[in-house]
Amino acid sequence: MAQPESSIISTSTTHIEGKIVKDTDTDGPPQTTPVQSATFSQSINAEIRRAAATGIYDIRGGGAKRKVPSFDDLLFLGASISRYPLEGYREKCETSVTLGARHASNPIELDIPITIAGMSFGALSGPAKEALGRGATLAGTSTTTGDGGMTQEERGHSNKLVYQYLPSRYGMNPDDLRRADAIEVVVGQGAKPGGGGMLLGQKISDRVAEMRNLPKGIDQRSACRHPDWTGPDDLEIKILELREITSWKVPIYIKVGGARPYFDTTLAVKAGADVVVLDGMEGGTAATQDVFIEHVGQPILACIRESVRALQDMGMHREVQLIVSGGIRTGADVAKCMALGADAVAIGTGALIALGDNDPRWEDEYQKLGTTAGAYDDWHEGRDPAGITTQDPELMARFDPVEGGRRLNNYLKVMTLEAQTIARACGKSHLHNLEPEDLCALTMEAAAMAKIPLAGTNWYPGKPGTSY
Amino acid sequence: MQTFDLEAEGLRKLNSTLHRQAETTNQTEWEIINPRGSHAIAVGLDAPIEVTIKGSTGYYCAGMNKQATINVHGSAGPGVAENMMSGAVIVDGDASQYAGATGNGGTLVIKGNASSRCGISMKGIDIVVHGNVGHMSAFMAQSGNLVVCGNAGDALGDSIYEARLFVRGSVKSLGADCIEKEMRPEHLAILADLLERGGCDAKPAEFTRYGSARKLYNFNIDNAY
Repeated sequence: MAQPESSIISTSTTHIEGKIVKDTDTDGPPQTTPVQSATFSQSINAEIRRAAATGIYDIRGGGAKRKVPSFDDLLFLGASISRYPLEGYREKCETSVTLGARHASNPIELDIPITIAGMSFGALSGPAKEALGRGATLAGTSTTTGDGGMTQEERGHSNKLVYQYLPSRYGMNPDDLRRADAIEVVVGQGAKPGGGGMLLGQKISDRVAEMRNLPKGIDQRSACRHPDWTGPDDLEIKILELREITSWKVPIYIKVGGARPYFDTTLAVKAGADVVVLDGMEGGTAATQDVFIEHVGQPILACIRESVRALQDMGMHREVQLIVSGGIRTGADVAKCMALGADAVAIGTGALIALGDNDPRWEDEYQKLGTTAGAYDDWHEGRDPAGITTQDPELMARFDPVEGGRRLNNYLKVMTLEAQTIARACGKSHLHNLEPEDLCALTMEAAAMAKIPLAGTNWYPGKPGTSY
Repeated sequence: MQTFDLEAEGLRKLNSTLHRQAETTNQTEWEIINPRGSHAIAVGLDAPIEVTIKGSTGYYCAGMNKQATINVHGSAGPGVAENMMSGAVIVDGDASQYAGATGNGGTLVIKGNASSRCGISMKGIDIVVHGNVGHMSAFMAQSGNLVVCGNAGDALGDSIYEARLFVRGSVKSLGADCIEKEMRPEHLAILADLLERGGCDAKPAEFTRYGSARKLYNFNIDNAY
């Protein structure tokens, strides 16, 4: 309804002061309440103003912050008359996993199915990488290098270290390749399927520059595609080369972002992968464009079953292991991944939080950076108050790698205990025995994506044999 | 001279045999017969031995080489000497795509032509091509030297960092941030050494040097246009 101009001014002024205006708040005829646009929301408008002022897109770290259908939209059914539970704390519930026995003579044996995802030295400090190694080793699991090569801190403290083979090939050399316990060929990652790396000049210290063979202080951008192979047929030959160099000893993983999980899994297996690593859009990155993080790639919930279906169609489920990552926070998430068919999970953001990233103890300093604990994502600027995503010596000195390792180990243990608790409740003596039948979905979206029946029904959208 | 029949004995046995050669081996000369375009021949070597391949090779011949000298008496498939660390690889014929990709050190000599993306992401390797190189050569080249005695294709040195490019013939086009640079005496000396190592009798003065304008080194949104 059209309104007199004076009343619009009156109501909008009141709104700017943060008050909700009611039609009885002003004298005269009732007024229409000011309405914020759902399309042009306050945060969108702020981004438009930021873009207009700076002429540069927003760069940040982390994964998708938007709300997407997630593991929270799934529930376990638990035991009942037809399902016999196991006694908590007393009856065995195994958690070990073997990765990469398809072709490798030395597959990876882990005590728990929760691995540490690839995070680079450069994005993280040396002590932070050391802490990841310490914590993972205590917990009986693996860590993964990242773009920038293998550091002694991480190799020295990681009992099982996965060496990433990335498009940039920064720091890549045959000696480190042979020192690795597994090789992960990175085709993509969930935060930015189709995007390369970005490490801005603030974090290119002498050591980082030397490892990457680049001048100090320049913005470093890693290529988005590999320099010496294109397509799955080439990849198969590339994997042959890597196996020959490492004498067929170590497993070869292929990591893909959550783009086309059925086909990517099929092609990875065809190319010879021992393990497929599948990373959803919730998975973090050290830095990239916000628009990339929020608008490219699929949630991990939508990817797992498609990847498992590809493995099953080839008769390779459990023969080629599936590691899933992206937004995994708790033992419940781990158990749900297992039930959907994964063999293991990888965590990145959760591990950093366990180390102390975004901890409220640094709130005063987050405020000075214009943010708040829990929301800090300008990792590329290298000013992390927690001393984790930085190369600044003073900030790095705040972080104790021994204490960090202890905290990570605790977190991993808690996640494992939680997953075991759920598995026992479902009558499972190994986490891998969890199955889709143990789950129900709370929303239609989650039901459709995970192919899990909507709670209270035996149906999900797209279920074979149903008409709608 | 040790002779290894690849067709008869297989790739795994070849590479494992060559991997077993220690720094102090007295079996320093190896001849590989019947390569028949096989992939991953003589990859990951790490000993001062000389390997001669009698015929053409498939993908990634001499990949990640350290110390060894590897001669290809034929042409090489994609990715020859990829990520080489040290030593030398000499290809008598032509090389396919990605020759010397991401190489950190050593010398790669191609006596024929090299296809596209020669020296892509090179990180310290020296590459001497007697003939021409294809498009996108030295893409994101970080350091090292690429010498082209013939012509270069489109987008030479796109997004180049600190590598030096020397081209005797024409350049179809330069890639983003790659420019012609002054050839100073120190560059002529470097080039003379490279040509000698590459077994090439071209004169340094006939070449033009190309390198980075360094305008993409720090983030500027205008670079995205």
